[in-house]
This record gives sequence, structure tokens and C-alpha cells, in this order.
Amino acid sequence: MIRVVLPAHLRALARITGEVQLEVDPPVTQRAVLDALEARYPVLDGKMRDHVTQQRRPFVRFYACEEDLSQESPDDVLPDAVANGTEPFLVIGAMAGG
Amino acid sequence: MSGVRVLVGTRKGAFVLTSDGARKQWDVSGPHFPGWEVYHVTGSPADPDRLYAAPSGGWFGQVIQRSDDGGLTWEPQGSKLLYEGEVGPHLWYDGTPRPWQFTRVWHLEPSLTDPDTVYAGVEDAALFRSIDGAQTWQELPGLRRHHTSTAWAPGAGGMCLHTIILDPVDPARMYAGISAAGAFRSDDAGESWRPINSGLRSDGIPDPQAEVGHCVHHIAMHPARPEVLFMQKHWDVMRSDDAGESWQEISGNLPTDFGFPIAIHANEPDTIYVVPITSDSHHFVMDGKLRVYRSRTGGNEWEALTAGLPQQHCYVNVLRDAMAVDSLDDCGIYFGTSGGQVYASADAGDTWDAIVRDLPAVLSVEVQTLA
Repeated sequence: MIRVVLPAHLRALARITGEVQLEVDPPVTQRAVLDALEARYPVLDGKMRDHVTQQRRPFVRFYACEEDLSQESPDDVLPDAVANGTEPFLVIGAMAGG
Repeated sequence: MSGVRVLVGTRKGAFVLTSDGARKQWDVSGPHFPGWEVYHVTGSPADPDRLYAAPSGGWFGQVIQRSDDGGLTWEPQGSKLLYEGEVGPHLWYDGTPRPWQFTRVWHLEPSLTDPDTVYAGVEDAALFRSIDGAQTWQELPGLRRHHTSTAWAPGAGGMCLHTIILDPVDPARMYAGISAAGAFRSDDAGESWRPINSGLRSDGIPDPQAEVGHCVHHIAMHPARPEVLFMQKHWDVMRSDDAGESWQEISGNLPTDFGFPIAIHANEPDTIYVVPITSDSHHFVMDGKLRVYRSRTGGNEWEALTAGLPQQHCYVNVLRDAMAVDSLDDCGIYFGTSGGQVYASADAGDTWDAIVRDLPAVLSVEVQTLA
């Protein structure tokens, strides 16, 4: 079970309380997690990644296991601790003013 | 009893202000979509309980929200506003080419007859339409593909399509305003477009009378007289009596003719309102005084309306979509400021009161007159 933590704006938009738990078949990658997240909550389509290019939006970052994974390939395998649900995958709105 | 609903978009959410026809006591609800920049909220003329809102932000992009109960509850709709086909370049601020890129929805214009049909004007400038209540969107690409579009350039706020006007008499005729490209008209329901900027003069572009490149800030039409258009341009207040074929300046005795909004009295097609600000470099009202200017002669002769408005130490602006009217008798005039105040006049501008004073910066104000 993959655990995903979303920023407040996206939780409110998708009417999510707390963490999201997702079943994702291996290999567990950023792309696989985000695809599963958008499949469950279609309103999140285009909010973390560009609708067309599927590139990460510039002010969105991805953290896990105290590492910034934003610049990693979306097809890289995520850490085991994310894949086995020990640690959450964090979607962050970059700190950039109010 | 009649009433009004004022729909306010702000930098940090939307608010709905409601009153009865006396327009003295107001209920305020919101913020809806807190934290999102709401460039526009508006209602369907065909169904006043059908509202559309366009929250967006730099972090998470565009959302389109819809209410079917007059703003009590909202549901997110489709936000895939994708340019059709390959996008070409327009000019960047420094005159270099830059490809079209979607940033946000600036303006939503519901159909006059069908609550499920709504148009969206976006940045970078393009026109979209939904016919299913904003679930899905299709571009009307004839405007963006106009042969002049490689010469369009952004204004300070971006290259935005900010004004959409639907002709109430001729369903095939519509208008669009783009900053900084100019005014455009379609006579085939949005399939094809042509610039209608003859008579505009803009000293900020190489050829001041060019076919395109004018920073049109807002255009207004009175439904009873659709061939007459009023325009607040970057500088200059303009009027056309021939559906945009030609424009004449009507700035007259205004203390400055720079501004953003322009609105028309609901019951007097020759009574118009502007809010002049100091200049293109000083986006606040002149001399610390918030003054609405009214012309009862269709332009050129203007009077300052100040009763109830701050006349010292005031340095706010009123943005292009932040002024609107109701259709009661006497006509109500409403505007919102960059300082978060929403002012209302229930007597056509003679006197003003603030409905609210401390909202986030106001981006848009629309008014629905309720039966």
C-alpha cells in the first residue's frame, strides 16, 4: 500500500481528509503513483503535472524519505520504504510567497 | 421581492454578496475556494442559479468550478483547456517570438440562452467553449490562428483574452478583447475573426495606428443597442457606433484617461462609468481620491462621483472585470478595489457605500439581478 500526502489546496479540491492510500503494482515509480492518484481523483489531473507534457508543474515538488525526488526521472523506482508503505510520498507546493 | 447577488473574485478566493432590492443590508458568504486566485465568477443569464468560477494559481494550475444553487455549493468541472493543434509564436515583451502557453482563465462568459454553454477567455490569448456545463472544453481556434497573431504581445498582466461579448440580437456575432492585441469581432459564432481597431491610437507600439497591438483593457455593450461599444483602452476611453468598424475618442474632460473598467447603466445606454487611475506607471487613483466618473452623454462630458468614497489617502486600483451593474430601477453600480473593498451605489452612482471593506484584492465583480 502506497501512502501519499497532498498539500492542503489539493486535499480540499479532491475532498480528501488525511493521507491517501493507493495500490500500485511494481515497479513503484513517481509516474505510477501519480497515475493511480489521478485515476482515483480525476480532479487532480493537471494539478501536479502538465495536462499535455506530463511534466511536473514548476512549483510542485516530490519528497520521500527526507529526500527531494523532484528532479528524478518519473520512471525511476521509488525507495523501498515508499513502495512498502513505511514512508509516505509527499506532494509539496514549493515555498514561494503567500 | 427582487434582489441582487454580487459575485466577487479575489486574490484569495471568491465571495457571494446578496441583498434585497433595497441594497442596504448584505449577507456575505465565502471565501469559496480559499487560497486560489479567482479571476472571474459569473452567472448564467438563462439560469441565475447556474454560476461558473475560474480559480487558478501558480502552484496547481487551473480549476473550473460550477454551482447549480446560486453559490451555496460548488463542484469542480473539467479544466483541460488545450490549444487545438500546433501552437505558433506570439511576441514576448522584448519583441522576440515565444510559443503560446496556457496560464489561466481570465474570463468566463455564459451563453445568453443555454446554461450549459459557456465561453472562456484565457492567457495566452485564446477562446474556448464548453457546451456541457464546463465538463469539457474545445478551443475556437480561428481567433488564435488569425494571421496577425504572431504580432500579438502581452500587456503587463500577460497576454490575456479578458473580454467576451455576445450580441443579444445576432447570435452569430461576438466580440473579444485581448491585451495587447486589440478588439476582434466574429460574425460566424466564433469560427473566424477580424481585428476591429480602426481609430485606436497607442503610442507604446511602433506604429501607433497598427491593425493589432493595442492594449484594450475592457469593452462594454448595452444589450438594447448592440452596435454601440464603449472601450477603456490602456490610455483613452473610446466609443464605436458601428459595431467596432471605427472608434472615436470620448475621454473629454476626464482628469486622466488611463484605467481598466468601463460599465454602462442598465436603463440608460448613454450613461457610462469609468474609474480613471493616475497613469500606466502609477496604477492607483489620482491625488489619493477614489472617484468614479460618469458620463450621461455617451462620453466626452464627465462628472466625478465621490459621495461615500474615500477622498484622501486612497491609493487603490479597480481592475478591468471589477465593475458591474444591476438592472433594477434605480440602477445599481458596483466595483471592487485592489484594497479589498466592494462599493455599491443604489442610485446610479450618486452615493456609495462599502458592502465589505477588507476582502483580499478584488479581481472581478459581477452582478445578478434576481426576480
